[in-house]
Amino acid sequence: MSATAPATPLLAVRGVKTYYGNIIALKGVDVDIHEGEIVTLIGANGAGKSTLMMTICGAPQARDGTVRFAGRDITRLPTHEIMRLRIAQSPEGRRIFPRMSVYENLQMGAALEGGSHFAADLERMFEMFPRLKERIHQRGGTLSGGEQQMLAIARALMSRPRLLLLDEPSLGLAPLVVRQIFDAIRLLNETEGLTVFLVEQNAYHALKLAHRGYVMVNGVITMSGTGADLLARPEVRSAYLDGGH
Amino acid sequence: MDIFLQQLINGLTLGSIYGLIAIGYTMVFGIIGMVNFAHGDVFMVSAFIALICVLLLTTVVGISSIFLVLAITLVVAMAFTGLVSWAIERLAYRPLRGSFRLAPMISAIGMSIFLSNFVQVAQGPRNKPLPPMVPDVIVLMERDGYQVTLAYKQILIMAVTAGLLFGFWWLVQKTPLGRAQRACEQDRKMAALLGINVDRTISLTFVIGAALAAVAGVLYLMYYGVVNFADGFVPGVKAFTAAVLGGIGSLPGAVLGGLLIGLIETFWSAYFSIEYKDVAAFSILVVVLIFMPQGLLGRPEVEKV
Repeated sequence: MSATAPATPLLAVRGVKTYYGNIIALKGVDVDIHEGEIVTLIGANGAGKSTLMMTICGAPQARDGTVRFAGRDITRLPTHEIMRLRIAQSPEGRRIFPRMSVYENLQMGAALEGGSHFAADLERMFEMFPRLKERIHQRGGTLSGGEQQMLAIARALMSRPRLLLLDEPSLGLAPLVVRQIFDAIRLLNETEGLTVFLVEQNAYHALKLAHRGYVMVNGVITMSGTGADLLARPEVRSAYLDGGH
Repeated sequence: MDIFLQQLINGLTLGSIYGLIAIGYTMVFGIIGMVNFAHGDVFMVSAFIALICVLLLTTVVGISSIFLVLAITLVVAMAFTGLVSWAIERLAYRPLRGSFRLAPMISAIGMSIFLSNFVQVAQGPRNKPLPPMVPDVIVLMERDGYQVTLAYKQILIMAVTAGLLFGFWWLVQKTPLGRAQRACEQDRKMAALLGINVDRTISLTFVIGAALAAVAGVLYLMYYGVVNFADGFVPGVKAFTAAVLGGIGSLPGAVLGGLLIGLIETFWSAYFSIEYKDVAAFSILVVVLIFMPQGLLGRPEVEKV
């Protein structure tokens, strides 16, 4: 798929530098994501992966460089306006609203959607994650980690995004749940052409799933290529895959 | 028994007014973690807006139905007070968001001083009286010359408060606006990631809290028939005490706390000493802060992450 990708990417990150106070977290990052692709970003803890995700959403904003979405410069837009262009994020730490029910969390996901597809979309989420249907009236804060992760992804999907940003969906989850979530992502990509940008520490599964991947070290992209290509590289294997997967 | 019943009625009336003001404290604290010290003065300003409105309607416009006057006054006071509070948030608090934690609170204290001084200069320092509105009472029982009465205006205060609290509950629990409000309260960053305009939601929180305080202001004016530029302070601090007692951040807690403070104050006045009624109310604040800082309905901070 990446070989035949169209010329203008859906998301184009160019020379982005992000700071926390005076500390630089991203030192000039370039990333392209084309419509219909699954792209993954792997790297060690603290490399700046989540910072890149949040910078795309304008929280914090890049101090230097540009972020373009569907041809439009979104670098300086406030977060809520960026999200209204149909970017959705399932963020690091999941950030489920703890004192809202599962149903209300999903309603929040659909806040931009206006409600016209709400019932149908809800049904779709229940098909994908039947556990959420069982928990529908339970408070978000009382769900297990895996259930919260499913809810975070479902909430993001409720807005019918053009681009889905997933930050470490496998963190702290049992292998079976991880597979379930990755299968769901693959299915959405294959059946609906959903574009996904996936940040992962679980490099093996992420590179298996993705069409293309980037490797980030200390706020810099050090390698990129197709998923299979990166998986085969010895430096990727030794840094991110040894010690089992 | 007669005195008990009478004080119960009086306490619930007063408590309704405290509860309405307390909601504004607790909502603002819930969403931005700040004690809005100017809220009591916003309440006082609303009573003055109501005073002016009532006088205009009865003398200049010449409406004779007192209930029509009160209804119009309620709407006007809610709208104007909401506007005042919106402006305060925009000018005095929002620019300080992201600054150190105390900055907006200091700004709020400044706002409080500004509002009471402004009203003192603009309206004069003396008590502003109104001719009694809704003077009728129902005599519930009479024994040995002591009458237990329920005034029409007390019924009105409790009914308006109950109706408004129901509407408010519906707004917060069932509408997209209320959901956005609760989302911002629980996780502002995530709310923004779902496309919620957080600044606008915070503004609306101030407006809603002020509108409820304005209802309290109208009812206070109708009940006591007099208002003064300094009247924001004591009811304001008592309503804040109510919010803390109920558990700051908790909406049902604010109402419960308001009713309890109203009852404690009236019962203390009846059975102990009326001079020390404020001491009784504020002692509760101290005791609650020491022994039960999360309040009656506040939530203990345990959540699965």
